[in-house]
Amino acid sequence: MGLWRAFVFSLSWIPPLLALVRFWFRRTSAIVDKEIRQLFRERLTLGMIVGLPLIQIILFGYAINTDVRHMAAGLVDHADTSMSRQLAGALEASQVLDFVSRSGDVTELLDQMRRGDLRTVLYIPADFERRLSDGDRPLAQLMVDAGDPTIISAIERLVQFLPSPRAVAGQPDMPLALRFYYNPERRSAVQIVPALVGLILNFTMIVFTAVAVVRERERGNLEFLITTPVRNYELMLGKIAPYILIGLIQVSIVYFAGTWLFRVPTLGSLLDLYLASLVFVAATLGIGLSISTFAKSQFQAIQGAIFFMLPMLLLSGFMFPFDGMPRVAQWVGLLFPITHFVEVVRGIILRGATLADLAPQMYAISGLFLVSIAIPVLRFTKRLD
Amino acid sequence: MNENDFAISCRGLTRRFGPVTAVSNLDLDVPRGRIFGFLGPNGSGKSTTMRLLCGLLVPSAGRATVLGCRVPEEAEKLRLQMGYMTQKFSLYEDLTVLENLRFVARVFDLGLRRMRQRIEVNSALYELNDLHSRLAGTLSGGQKQRLALAAVTLHEPRLLLLDEPTSAVDPQSRRDFWDRLFELADQGTTILVSTHFMDEAERCHRLTFLDRGVIVREGPPQELMDRLEAITVEVATRMPRRTRALLAPNDWVLAVTQLGNRLRFMLDPDTESPVERIDALLRKASLQGAVQRTGATLEDVFVAATNFQRPSR
Repeated sequence: MGLWRAFVFSLSWIPPLLALVRFWFRRTSAIVDKEIRQLFRERLTLGMIVGLPLIQIILFGYAINTDVRHMAAGLVDHADTSMSRQLAGALEASQVLDFVSRSGDVTELLDQMRRGDLRTVLYIPADFERRLSDGDRPLAQLMVDAGDPTIISAIERLVQFLPSPRAVAGQPDMPLALRFYYNPERRSAVQIVPALVGLILNFTMIVFTAVAVVRERERGNLEFLITTPVRNYELMLGKIAPYILIGLIQVSIVYFAGTWLFRVPTLGSLLDLYLASLVFVAATLGIGLSISTFAKSQFQAIQGAIFFMLPMLLLSGFMFPFDGMPRVAQWVGLLFPITHFVEVVRGIILRGATLADLAPQMYAISGLFLVSIAIPVLRFTKRLD
Repeated sequence: MNENDFAISCRGLTRRFGPVTAVSNLDLDVPRGRIFGFLGPNGSGKSTTMRLLCGLLVPSAGRATVLGCRVPEEAEKLRLQMGYMTQKFSLYEDLTVLENLRFVARVFDLGLRRMRQRIEVNSALYELNDLHSRLAGTLSGGQKQRLALAAVTLHEPRLLLLDEPTSAVDPQSRRDFWDRLFELADQGTTILVSTHFMDEAERCHRLTFLDRGVIVREGPPQELMDRLEAITVEVATRMPRRTRALLAPNDWVLAVTQLGNRLRFMLDPDTESPVERIDALLRKASLQGAVQRTGATLEDVFVAATNFQRPSR
């Protein structure tokens, strides 16, 4: 009974304590109240609080999948026996790779790998059958593009768990020999530096231009500017032109610092790299400008930029294997210029590919540039309503 | 007169924002080479009308012709002949005065020689030569205003729309500013200016009073004052609050304004011998006061135009 009364007595302290806390924080609570009201006024911010995590968890939950599937592979089968076909079939049955290209000529397929059409090439030598009975030598060779870390790990896992067609007593058999191209030491710096060129550019360029138009709106400059004879496209081109130069300066900084500090050899031509960067920078600036024409304040513009940045980072194939993503995530990824540009930079720097080799990616970036610049030009009217 | 004899001519001009009608059925004819004043309380549709005339807003109904161009359809043709000065300073605060002027000249495509000549002329006219290298953001209200006017007249527009140009400017700068407007008008520029300063309104050639999107009075300032449909009386008293409380409830008193120790009354025009009547009331309440008839001011016109029509005074 005494305990109960002590408990009730202790409860009686709560209301005055609460009153005291409210008294102490009476001005704080006014600010809290005001913040919440302002937050609810800004519908876009509210949408981001609810929508952003929801979209991201759905998108990335599907996208982030380190199991690579249906990687484009080439096949050279000089043996062409039922056993060699069985080996190729076993690899394909794993669903990790699809033999999309077959040829009798290894160099032709390696050329396709340089262009980025193939990730790996399986070479089965003519003496395959003899190797089957001979336990020492590997049966075939898998040539792998080592410029992308996700490919290497997928291939290594595949080879490790591949059942061997020959029975060797005692020790586990490794039927396939791996040969790494373009980055034989498999250094991660070599894989990451080229992609970083694109990512760093992507980030700064979009943020720069996302605030470009909305800043003028916020400061009241726009109301004057739209009563001058300046045309839409003149305004938009004028806005992005200086940043193209800034973009190229950034390419130089990231490229030269990156390759020098991390000893990344460049096989392709620098001119190609700059030309590709030029188109890519223009496309990202267009995205930034598009965001700018939708945003009502600079704050919203930055929010919008971040909103696009995360899927770009995660779906571009830089952090997670592009080949492992479900179709829908891949389609979304293909809408971002960065996805194509990472391919292009890796192709030029690591594989020595030319712009002609990388034509599909370059067309994609150019197309995305046209779309991204058309959006602000069409959306921006010299009107206030 | 033909429509083209007016710099601005609109019929039935209407603009709605959702349920709000900002400008309602506006008929307006602004003669060329004159200073035309727009007067009205905040939210009466002055800015909206100017934006409609610039082609920045699309009218919900009606049509407007500005310098012979239909707006908003032909607004782009108009740009080179028109200057619009926004209520808020809209040049670049992080550029210097000279950089701003050069930017505006280039956007208006003046060409190198004309640009140099015009910047020289306007810098001298608006006393900007000493300020050329100052950032626009560091200028005072009056200096910003001079810069804005210099910029908006660089391309020698035939029509100027000025939206409350003197709201952030001290009285001396305001007077200077108006002298410059008269110079421009003398050179043939048509100027449409909105304001809520009465002394400024009085200097316009012609005035339009807007209230809740409707034109409530229109004409030259003197004519508007002469036509005021009220008797104006001033009472000097040491007890203005009590005097006001005594007189205001009478139905022949239309409006009261306190000016220090004086009270200004607007009375029903049919009131007979108003001074004697007020005197009698004051004596009865044993309040002392000197009653005197005065002439109408524009402020009276403004009050009469905007207040009398309201259902509750």
